[in-house]
Amino acid sequence: MSPMSAPYAHPYVPNSAPEARAAMLAAVGVTSVDEFYADVPDALRLHRPLDLPPALVAEQDLARHVTGLLDRNRPLAPGRSFLGAGTYHHHVPAVVDEVIGRSEFLTAYAGEPYEDHGRFQALFEYESLMAELLAMDVVTVPTYDSFQAASTALAMAGRITGRRTVLVASEVLPDRRSRVHDFVRPYLDLVDVPPRDAIADLPALLAVLDESVAAVWVETPSHTGAIETRLAEVAEAAHAVGAIVVVSTDPICYGVLTPPASHGADIVCGDLQSLGLHAYYGGAHGGFLAVHDDPRFVMELPSRIFGLAATDVPGEYGFGDVAYERTSFAVREEGKEWVGTAAALWGIAAGVYLALQGPQGMAELGETILARTRYAQQRLQGIPGVRLGDDAVHFREFTIELSGVSPASVVERLRPLGIAPGVPLDDQRLLICVTETNTSDDIDALAAAVAAILEEDHR
Amino acid sequence: MSLPVARKPALRRFHQARWDEPVVFELSAPGERGVIPSQVEPAVRALVGDVVSGLPDGLRRAAPPALPELGQMRVLRHYLRLSQENLGADLNVDVGQGTCTMKYSPKVNDRLAAHPSLLDLHPLQDLADAQGILEIIWRTQRMLAEISGMDEVGLHTQGGSAAIWANIAMIRAYFEGRGEAEQRTEVITTIFSHPSNAATAKAAGYEVITIYPDADGYPDIEAFKRALSPRTAAIMVTNPEDTGIYNPRIAEWVELAHSVGALASYDQANANGILGITRARDAGFDVCHFNLHKTFGTPHGSGGPGAGANGVAAHLVPFLPRPIVVRDDDGTFRLDDVRPLSIGKVAPFYGVVPNIVRAYAWIRALGADGLRAVAETAVLNNNYLMARVLQIPGASAPYATGRRRIEQVRYSWQDLYSETGISSEEIGVRASDYGMHYWTSHHPYVVPQPFTLEPTESYSKSELDEYADVLAQVAREAREAPDVVRTAPHNQTVHHTHHDDLDDPERWATSWRAYQRKYGCGDPGSSPG
Repeated sequence: MSPMSAPYAHPYVPNSAPEARAAMLAAVGVTSVDEFYADVPDALRLHRPLDLPPALVAEQDLARHVTGLLDRNRPLAPGRSFLGAGTYHHHVPAVVDEVIGRSEFLTAYAGEPYEDHGRFQALFEYESLMAELLAMDVVTVPTYDSFQAASTALAMAGRITGRRTVLVASEVLPDRRSRVHDFVRPYLDLVDVPPRDAIADLPALLAVLDESVAAVWVETPSHTGAIETRLAEVAEAAHAVGAIVVVSTDPICYGVLTPPASHGADIVCGDLQSLGLHAYYGGAHGGFLAVHDDPRFVMELPSRIFGLAATDVPGEYGFGDVAYERTSFAVREEGKEWVGTAAALWGIAAGVYLALQGPQGMAELGETILARTRYAQQRLQGIPGVRLGDDAVHFREFTIELSGVSPASVVERLRPLGIAPGVPLDDQRLLICVTETNTSDDIDALAAAVAAILEEDHR
Repeated sequence: MSLPVARKPALRRFHQARWDEPVVFELSAPGERGVIPSQVEPAVRALVGDVVSGLPDGLRRAAPPALPELGQMRVLRHYLRLSQENLGADLNVDVGQGTCTMKYSPKVNDRLAAHPSLLDLHPLQDLADAQGILEIIWRTQRMLAEISGMDEVGLHTQGGSAAIWANIAMIRAYFEGRGEAEQRTEVITTIFSHPSNAATAKAAGYEVITIYPDADGYPDIEAFKRALSPRTAAIMVTNPEDTGIYNPRIAEWVELAHSVGALASYDQANANGILGITRARDAGFDVCHFNLHKTFGTPHGSGGPGAGANGVAAHLVPFLPRPIVVRDDDGTFRLDDVRPLSIGKVAPFYGVVPNIVRAYAWIRALGADGLRAVAETAVLNNNYLMARVLQIPGASAPYATGRRRIEQVRYSWQDLYSETGISSEEIGVRASDYGMHYWTSHHPYVVPQPFTLEPTESYSKSELDEYADVLAQVAREAREAPDVVRTAPHNQTVHHTHHDDLDDPERWATSWRAYQRKYGCGDPGSSPG
């Protein structure tokens, strides 16, 4: 059966209806669609149907099949997951989902500033809201995720300084480091300066910080949730030798914490998932990049920046691309890295999220997370056989070191209780994540369950 | 007037929404709240005290961020107004964005992708808790392997360019494994391949050689032969190219690349017209990528997230990004994360999960016959629209004169421009007045005064007619009322915008904060809220 002779028009393919098809073929003056493929040699043709599962053309059948598969997923009850390590359970306000579910935003793509004015304004506002949160003047339209954002931030530092060395002063999320390494390795060498008690080891850093250093890379909160308290000193030392300070971070903490720019960061980058995006099995990440309004930095950014512009009419805001000529859209391989489809919708989500939270919401949220993190640390460290991994100030994540029982076995034994206590980092350390979605009751349940295991094992 | 209502005019009397909405900061009213976060409980405070005051010196934010303060409904209304001022593909006969395959994203797929069991599933949960989504990822990998003819597929990347990056990163790792990295320093692409092929290769450290078309519009094979050498690491090409012209000698190109030891990477962003017709591996390609947001019906999200798929032949499988979802003999799904030759993690976790679900559902809704109907209809639509457009005086389709095209065409208004001085950009702005999006082409403009139309399979004959009618009308205006075109837009949210400030570092306003600093205006509360 030739596909074009199917007995029905597929709902997604209007002109597969026989009447329309015949009229269009006649209008073009051909008898068969085969004529359009004259340039595809016979030897390259697939002379058989694709070997795919049968079509589910009835929407009902399709929905039932896919829902049936998805029903086999088992997310944890709210608050009973203490999993983080890159993807976080934060509350997503309903208004965020409502806005990014709007067909006009969801299905738009590359419209111009006129017919897509709304997209340009929403993304300009995203940039502007992030700019206030981060105390920096320039934020780009989102890139893919924090992995790409950190990769680009460091690559920019290499291009600006013409140097090769990146000093890694923090414990960085290992997957992020993997991506950064593969991205920058032709022109940058990542050199670890292991942190001390989870924050930058300043004397060790000073010992290797010289004029070969392109950037010092600080991650705060770090992979284990430690907040860097010596950023100002790191930045001062880095700037003294002409190095650039790159900070990868999570914007959700800056309602309460001093933003990195105020301590001297030159490029700030990170992930947007915390700002209004669901966990989505790790499938909803966007990256942000922020710099000061300095053309040396701005002109190295690969992503688009939507800027404000005047129109013919007083009081009307127009928008457009800032410094478009730096992009690969304008000049192909002569552009900075490349720009393409990335994560604009997640940027709109983050903007809506920040507009909803406002200054007070971000401050209260930051306090709640700090307080519950501290509460969880205290509840757990009171258990015999548990101690905190370090003494740093932690935001959202921290490690505990277990004696007498492995983190993997704690995870396994809490599974029947419907609690995921964290991510094992090695044979001793468990990485625990506490967000505002984990209440004190949830934390108490976690502590009681961990205590029960350790007690049982010591009996 | 009374009934009956007169017949509608031939062209739609469109007007875009114009809410004249302020920037969100101008709506701020002190003390208003959009949401209230979960508060610190008394038991917690009793144990930990005031954690904010207890922060080390300098760590506590001195002044709250200057975010706006708005009630919840005001935030909602603001963003809904902005959404109305945006012409999404659902509202538009979106054939004007060639190369981007603006097809229908079925609503049922959005609903499936928002399944509650997916929203709160954490990527590090026990694999037993994630068997449903893992099966969908695995099945999508297998279906795309069949569609491309490749041996294995990875679904990690978030967009087409990210997938192209993964391709060149795998090629680089492959040659490092063979000790040929020092030798192979060049990548060859064509000017009508997407710019990201050139740009990602450059970002990976390669010199880029770009082949231009021959007189007939096919990539110049003689120039290609001269460019090939033992220094060549790869060719990275699109086919059909962004002109809609299929390179009939593509298998020969791949053989030539292989003959100097190079790999062949296939940008399949333009696959919509060849689904089930011809496959990347059958032309000898070693690696390819698809854009799930183009060919496989996931929405474009105002510029992402999309989703990329990387297909590889057996010899490149070890280099795929980590992890790959595999199916064990007992039917359970797990992650193969122990892949020593892998280029590593290219993105967090397992890819853009909602879009993988959508693409899976899209392929399942169509099946093999449906995919072929998609391809054939997209190509029929394109050739139909081409016949209509070429009837417009001043429009032409350079290259391959008299030949058919696959799924899109890069046209030219050069003749109209010579006659009227109206540029392709100006025509695009005016077309927006009729509710149509229109795009020129990537740079450089090898085709003068270019525009690129790709009708996909999604639009009916009458909608294609409407689009062609709008172009014909604007071309007519260019001759008869050029000032109307030059002063466009007239029916849009905003009027002609002055872009000069955007290129001057002293004057550009990259954020509201920068705007206020540079211009000292934007006093909150001075605008209508």
